[in-house]
Amino acid sequence: MKAIEITSPLSESTARSLRAGDLVSLSGDVITARDEAHMRALDLHRKGVTLPFKLEDRALYHCGPIMLHDRSWKVVAAGPTTSARMNSLGPELIRAFRPRLIIGKGGMSSEVLKALSDVGCAYLAFTGGAAVLAAERLPEVLGVHWEDLGMAEAVWLMRAEKLGPMVVAMDSHGRSIFQDVETKMRKIASELI
Amino acid sequence: MYSPTVIEETVVRLLREAECRLPPDVVRSLEKAMDEEKDEIALSQLRTILANVKAATNGMLPMCQDTGLPVFFVRGRYDIKIEGAIKKGVSRATEEVPLRPNAVDPLSRHNSGDNLGAGMPPVHFEPSSEEHLDIAVLPKGAGSENWSALRMLTPAEGMSGIRKFVIECVVNAGSRPCPPTIVGIGIGGTADMACVLAKKALLRPLGSFNSDPFLADMEGDLYHDLNKLGLGPMGLGGRTTVLGVMAEKANCHTASLPVAVSLNCWAARKAFARIYADGRVRFSQVMFE
Repeated sequence: MKAIEITSPLSESTARSLRAGDLVSLSGDVITARDEAHMRALDLHRKGVTLPFKLEDRALYHCGPIMLHDRSWKVVAAGPTTSARMNSLGPELIRAFRPRLIIGKGGMSSEVLKALSDVGCAYLAFTGGAAVLAAERLPEVLGVHWEDLGMAEAVWLMRAEKLGPMVVAMDSHGRSIFQDVETKMRKIASELI
Repeated sequence: MYSPTVIEETVVRLLREAECRLPPDVVRSLEKAMDEEKDEIALSQLRTILANVKAATNGMLPMCQDTGLPVFFVRGRYDIKIEGAIKKGVSRATEEVPLRPNAVDPLSRHNSGDNLGAGMPPVHFEPSSEEHLDIAVLPKGAGSENWSALRMLTPAEGMSGIRKFVIECVVNAGSRPCPPTIVGIGIGGTADMACVLAKKALLRPLGSFNSDPFLADMEGDLYHDLNKLGLGPMGLGGRTTVLGVMAEKANCHTASLPVAVSLNCWAARKAFARIYADGRVRFSQVMFE
């Protein structure tokens, strides 16, 4: 299967054209955010404060990278983190900032799946632990915000060059591969126990 | 007795090796999984994993950005200086490998910046009368560690209760601990001991069996059954859900049956060193006898 090449920022129609099971590779703007950045972004949003970076139409990456500062910032290792930790913050964040892609690992809740379909956003599963390959495909750091949160929790703006292959695991049409696999797994488990 | 400088240097090298090179038994088992998977998505995950492992080794870079918290198992003659030397080694490795600073205060979430701080790193010491000092490190990422579980079973629940609990743990963890995982099981002891036994089981070579024939049977059966679940690499479906199941036991109270489960991600990092009395050091990523 050949990966579909997409570029961030991307349109709603491109995001909606992605279907669960597709393989994609991504170029362009990628913005990292995990637990702490999600909380701060939502906190500012509720207070009506504009964020110092733009998420709209872009790819939000659940990632806490290892970075090295050698004249400029360089990505050392940058695989995805467990997206489920952001389940409770995901729906509000997606509706408030309207990213077109969420990149992570392990998938997210049915509430997030609903927000993806409302907004027109797709969830891409990148292989957990594939941190060195990811770093090779993130050749440029465009900026960093909220460094006070620490290296892992800060918001890193990066440029991707064919980051992937990633699997469209939750699409904007209500399908989640993770949910399909889990439903089958629970049925098999009940027979095993 | 043992030179603190040698211990410190050894810890830096142990962490570098563990973080940048996946142990040979884990690589073999991932390669074997490539032969068993038919599904294109499952194969794409394994291909990416193996390519990443290769890139990490070639560049001597940490294979995963979550370099974990380094859990140490030390066996030898107790010396108060050992712990201090390990701490220095961890702090240096954080700079030199580099490792991601992961240790934070549990409440304020303040990051110490050097992977140290109250109680860090965990060091499990086992006294021995041997002349040499064995140090094993198991860097444990949070993705898998967050699915650790302990249950105090009743003795009546027995082997079938243990089996049921382990299956439940793997099912509830699902895609999140980066499958295919390795399942460490600690049976017996007190509650705290069961948790340490489950971690210690993860140091064993994949494919090894416990010397207790009942436990060995349980390990084999669970490996077989867990791989029927269809969870697959990264939880996207497939035939490879676990790479291994390893259990350790200790005697427990007649009224108790503690069981702990510790899952390890596919990036099952481990490294071993033996420091001899003359200062010589032997390294391995296969457990010492």
